[in-house]
Amino acid sequence: MEQLINYILQLADSNLILTQRNAAWCGHGPILEQDIAITNITLDLIGQSRNFYQYAAKLINESTDTKVTEDSLAYLRTEREFKNLLLTEQENGDWAQTIVRQFFYSVYQYFLYEKMQHSRDEQLAGIAAKSLKEVTYHVTWSGEWVIRLGDGTAESKERIEKAIIELWPYTGEMFLPEAYEISMVSAGIAPDITLLKNEWYKKVTDIFEEATISLPKDGFMQTGGKNGVHTEKLGYILSDLQYLQRTYPNATW
Amino acid sequence: MQLHDLEKAFQDKIDNEIKIEPKDWMPDAYRKTNVRQISQHAHSEIVGMLPEGNWISRAPSLKRKAILIAKVQDEAGHGLYLYSAAETLGTGRDQMIDDLHSGKAKYSSIFNYPTLTWADMGAVGWLVDGAAILNQVMLCRTSYGPYARANVRICKEESFHQRQGFESLMVLSNGTAEQKAMCQDAIDRWWWPSLMMFGPKDSESTNNDQSMKWKIKRKTNDELRQQFIDMAVQQVKVLGMTLPDADLKWNEERGHYDFGEINWDEFWNVVKGNGQCNKQRLEARKNAHTEGAWVREAATAYANKKAAKQLRKVA
Amino acid sequence: MKINIQKYFYGDFGVEDSAGINDLKSTTTKETAWPLWEIFIRSKQGLDHKHAGSLHAADAAMAIENARDVYTRRQEGVSLWVVESKHIHASNPDDAAAMYEPANDKVYRHPTFYDIPDEVGHM
Repeated sequence: MEQLINYILQLADSNLILTQRNAAWCGHGPILEQDIAITNITLDLIGQSRNFYQYAAKLINESTDTKVTEDSLAYLRTEREFKNLLLTEQENGDWAQTIVRQFFYSVYQYFLYEKMQHSRDEQLAGIAAKSLKEVTYHVTWSGEWVIRLGDGTAESKERIEKAIIELWPYTGEMFLPEAYEISMVSAGIAPDITLLKNEWYKKVTDIFEEATISLPKDGFMQTGGKNGVHTEKLGYILSDLQYLQRTYPNATW
Repeated sequence: MQLHDLEKAFQDKIDNEIKIEPKDWMPDAYRKTNVRQISQHAHSEIVGMLPEGNWISRAPSLKRKAILIAKVQDEAGHGLYLYSAAETLGTGRDQMIDDLHSGKAKYSSIFNYPTLTWADMGAVGWLVDGAAILNQVMLCRTSYGPYARANVRICKEESFHQRQGFESLMVLSNGTAEQKAMCQDAIDRWWWPSLMMFGPKDSESTNNDQSMKWKIKRKTNDELRQQFIDMAVQQVKVLGMTLPDADLKWNEERGHYDFGEINWDEFWNVVKGNGQCNKQRLEARKNAHTEGAWVREAATAYANKKAAKQLRKVA
Repeated sequence: MKINIQKYFYGDFGVEDSAGINDLKSTTTKETAWPLWEIFIRSKQGLDHKHAGSLHAADAAMAIENARDVYTRRQEGVSLWVVESKHIHASNPDDAAAMYEPANDKVYRHPTFYDIPDEVGHM
């Protein structure tokens, strides 16, 4: 049970942390239409994270005699308990960096959910099927922006290439399973993420080709997020996120 | 047709409640007034995203966070509907945005006040959006068609904003002592500025007549303000909170609540740029626009390349 | 001091220099600005597409996505059309009398013009 809960929390945390990042664009986007567009994605992500947190809370409450909620899971766990992918906590940077981060993550989510909708766990299968529709749009939207920036102006090309180099080391973690993921795979609950790598790689290559940019050579990959070992950035995200819940314990909002 | 015939035909339409549409003849002053008014309304929506955006990262629950994100995003949508309406009068959005950034065009001063605590999200929703809705409901019947339609669309979405604000204050007012204090403090700070949103007293407005005659505006500042106060007095009771005005009293004869004197010095100071956040808000907007320039250029460049490729294929 | 106020709506304080658009010649959009598109939405299967508003986009694909993000946030549509605003040709309101009024007296085009006995039933 603990393995399953960890697995779900990892899915929830990644979505929440990226929500927290993307939401910072709201009111500050490069043009009104795109401000609205990225915020739609943000709303999808927070919706997905809530579905996962609620499911995790249900399992925890059923298996231990506690009363956790989606909010206590999101607001009262510490830096070392968060299991989000390192990719999702990386800074927004410029529009190029945000786009590349979204694109890498959305393509990964797409293949993950595509498989997960056939999970033996009905609840996870249901969340995946619903989320897959949202993510399909995210892949299109972010992919088109990768192409525009790559094949746009000299400046945009330079910026997106820089963003790719910056974020590339955080992509390997998506396909390296932790112990709790491996056990979920053998239980028929989780897709085998090692098998997603080729599809992810192909999709990214295709889009990059159209964007006239090249893939970095496989270099050293950072890991640890899924086990609670993060970059220094996460602490700041959590102090913002959790400020009110920590300041006024047990209050209802 | 002579100019005065056109003017008469125009006024006849307005008197008969026939909407003016983009390609119809209209007096220059009517066009200018509408462009100014609609664009300032649009700017208010866009700048209005900032004080609330300030609390998105710190929203105290996932539900509140999702609601707040959706709400602030709606304001972007409203700004967009309004810019679109103004563009039908022949002024491009980039021109309007330049005017905002240069300080030539204004936006509602209310957004130059800071949002200091979480309770401000509730108070802004209840009072600021509440005041805005009264205006926007009136503007659903304004004489310029595209502006009226934009307001209809806005009003459909906006009632969610006021309701979520009020509901979030209700939760605070039923909460801990600290939450109750936070709630009252926010109401105290936002009450007077929201009354100022309706603008100067009618007795001091010199140019209300023309825009009433053109049915751009259909109620005076004081009428709307009074309507707002009468509603808020009832609503605050449900919250178990008070409004910070010792002079609020039911006036049987008028059938309305009397209220205390508004601090117009404060109002004009904020209008003139001395509000706590005037500089910060405008800087944030300018920054987003400047930082976004290369993005917009890249998309244009790519669209041009693609169109050229298409042409070559056809040839 | 008498303050000259032009108040039209909230947010408009009509500061001294009439705060706003003085120069209507500056109406064209800059070359670099994304063009304007008109958006038409089919709200459900079986209905016509209806004009919803406009927005800016660099190209048609983006216009459709922007329309989806801007105008269908509350399930307002199942299908979208976008057309660049400059491609819309409109009838001239000055011709309205000649264009539309001649239809006024063709009452015989309407079914209610004809009296049919009730026993015929619905026709």
